Amino acid sequence: MTLSDIINVIRSVTELGLISSLTVLALYLSYSMLNVCDLSTDGCFTLGAAVGAVVALSGHPYLSIIAAMAAGVASGFVTAFLQTRMGINSLLAGIIVNTGLYSVNIAVMGGASLLNMNKTVTVFTKVKALFDHTFLDGWHKVAVALIAVAAVIVFLSVFLKTRLGLAIRATGDNSDMVRYSSINPVFTTTVGLCVANAFTALSGCLLAQYQKLSDINMGQGMVTVALASLLIGGTLFRRCSVKVRAIGAVIGAIIFRAVYALALNLQMPAYMLKLVSAGIVAAAISAPYLRKHIPQTMKKYFPGKENGDVRA
Amino acid sequence: MLELRKVNKTFNPGTVNEKKALTDIDLSVADGDFITIIGSNGAGKSTLFNATSGAFLPDSGRIYLDGRDITYEPDYKRAKYIGRLFQDPKTGTAPSMTVEENLTLAAGGGRWLSLPRRAEREALRERVASLGLGLEDRMNTPVGLLSGGQRQAVTLLMATINPPKVLLLDEHTAALDPSAAEKILEVTEKTVREQGLTCLMITHNMRSALSVGSRTVMMRDGSIIFDAQGAGRDGLTVDDLLRRFREASGETLDNDRMLLS
Ligand SMILES: Nc1ncnc2c1ncn2[C@@H]1O[C@H](COP(=O)(O)OP(=O)(O)OP(=O)(O)O)[C@@H](O)[C@H]1O
Ligand SMILES: [Mg+2]
Repeated sequence: MTLSDIINVIRSVTELGLISSLTVLALYLSYSMLNVCDLSTDGCFTLGAAVGAVVALSGHPYLSIIAAMAAGVASGFVTAFLQTRMGINSLLAGIIVNTGLYSVNIAVMGGASLLNMNKTVTVFTKVKALFDHTFLDGWHKVAVALIAVAAVIVFLSVFLKTRLGLAIRATGDNSDMVRYSSINPVFTTTVGLCVANAFTALSGCLLAQYQKLSDINMGQGMVTVALASLLIGGTLFRRCSVKVRAIGAVIGAIIFRAVYALALNLQMPAYMLKLVSAGIVAAAISAPYLRKHIPQTMKKYFPGKENGDVRA
Repeated sequence: MLELRKVNKTFNPGTVNEKKALTDIDLSVADGDFITIIGSNGAGKSTLFNATSGAFLPDSGRIYLDGRDITYEPDYKRAKYIGRLFQDPKTGTAPSMTVEENLTLAAGGGRWLSLPRRAEREALRERVASLGLGLEDRMNTPVGLLSGGQRQAVTLLMATINPPKVLLLDEHTAALDPSAAEKILEVTEKTVREQGLTCLMITHNMRSALSVGSRTVMMRDGSIIFDAQGAGRDGLTVDDLLRRFREASGETLDNDRMLLS
């Protein structure tokens, strides 16, 4: 590999890591803060891609971002409504919305399961035009992703300190306490899911414009990939402030992409991505449980050690 | 003034587990009353509080606060003027959030998207300092890292930071070690006195049932069997209480957490 090859790999890892980190930040809000595992993430990611693509194809690259995020808000609202007002278990609510979104997404793309944006003006091509023939030539994709991620992190670190943000955090921590503070947890859950899904949709929208293609299966497994990234970031920044942990989520996403790129380089087939992320998520979530239970199991089979008898 | 009129509650009606937890409860609590409530396990003391705070709807009967019918008002709305503390110090606080963040939420006020201002934060700190537990230096500690007693003190402050019309204390010192329990009870009495709160306190401690507050209510099997205040309460001893319970119910008062001295 030449130096420019290495730079290219690093650049694409950063680009993809940053774009997918927006979904990780969405889960940071819904999973880490609200304590809801939002399984509509996959569908919402594709929804963002589809809506963004359609609007961009109609000639409105900037509007496409806003439209995708608005679609995400709507999707989050439906998930929240099902789980807070209709008594549907939160996992099931996510699965239901996810299933419904499959049809919605194809409908949005006008019945097609693919939309090509090869010649479309997108936020990426807009910025590319600005960067061409400057020293930043070629870094426009990183720039767009970086701006989006920075905006979301700044938003989150302020938002989570406001009264509403505190209430959202408390909802996941102890929803009874929220009620005792005369705040309706239905409201905080709804706002939290709407905001989180706006980020997920933004993530999907940017990925579609990045790869110049919106595909009905783009979002598949996204929730697991993003959870894996979130948990990687979480282990690095365990006892930190809300803002630092948000940055940790982004770093987690980039690390995940880097490990994946490395594995591809070592001849791992691309289709293994999802199995690897499934493994990471399973390992990371089960770790605290295993840490507690393995010593007990050990004691059961090696009772001698309990008495400090290490010779046995 | 809090009034309960013929409040009834049956759990699991029509099943083998049917349990009549409240039977025709009539209770008038005057402003400034500090009532201690005692009774055996399962007497319906906590259920009485749950009905009052809106954790569930009574099967029949009405609840009025300052003359307004609040029977069907959801719990989170009632929380504005009914404060609550439980036996488990974990109940009332968000463990991974700091003392200051918990108090900010409880204090409410301000718009949804407002950030707590410096003056507000100072005021919270002063309130914490007034507890006299040194917690003002731990405003940025997650509540989950505090001891049970400290955590209960924070919860008490959260429940009273905007003086509620009624404060419900459900054995809020029972899970604490004796010295912490004493300290919390002391802080409770001080807060109630200073803010002139109306307060109902379930206790398992027979001595505090008589020494604390201005009125003592005894419950058994979903009913109020004894209610003493003023001259009728002065001079009562723990033995008198136990005798009254026996006379009214034909059995001895039996509570697994009961402290007689
Ligand atoms: N949510 C519920 N579902 C079913 N039964 C309940 C429920 N809550 C309370 N009960 C029953 O109602 C009765 C009264 O319970 P309650 O908790 O009010 O008693 P208590 O006086 O607070 O007793 P303790 O001193 O043990 O706290 C008990 O028999 C209890 O088993
Ligand atoms: Mg009880």
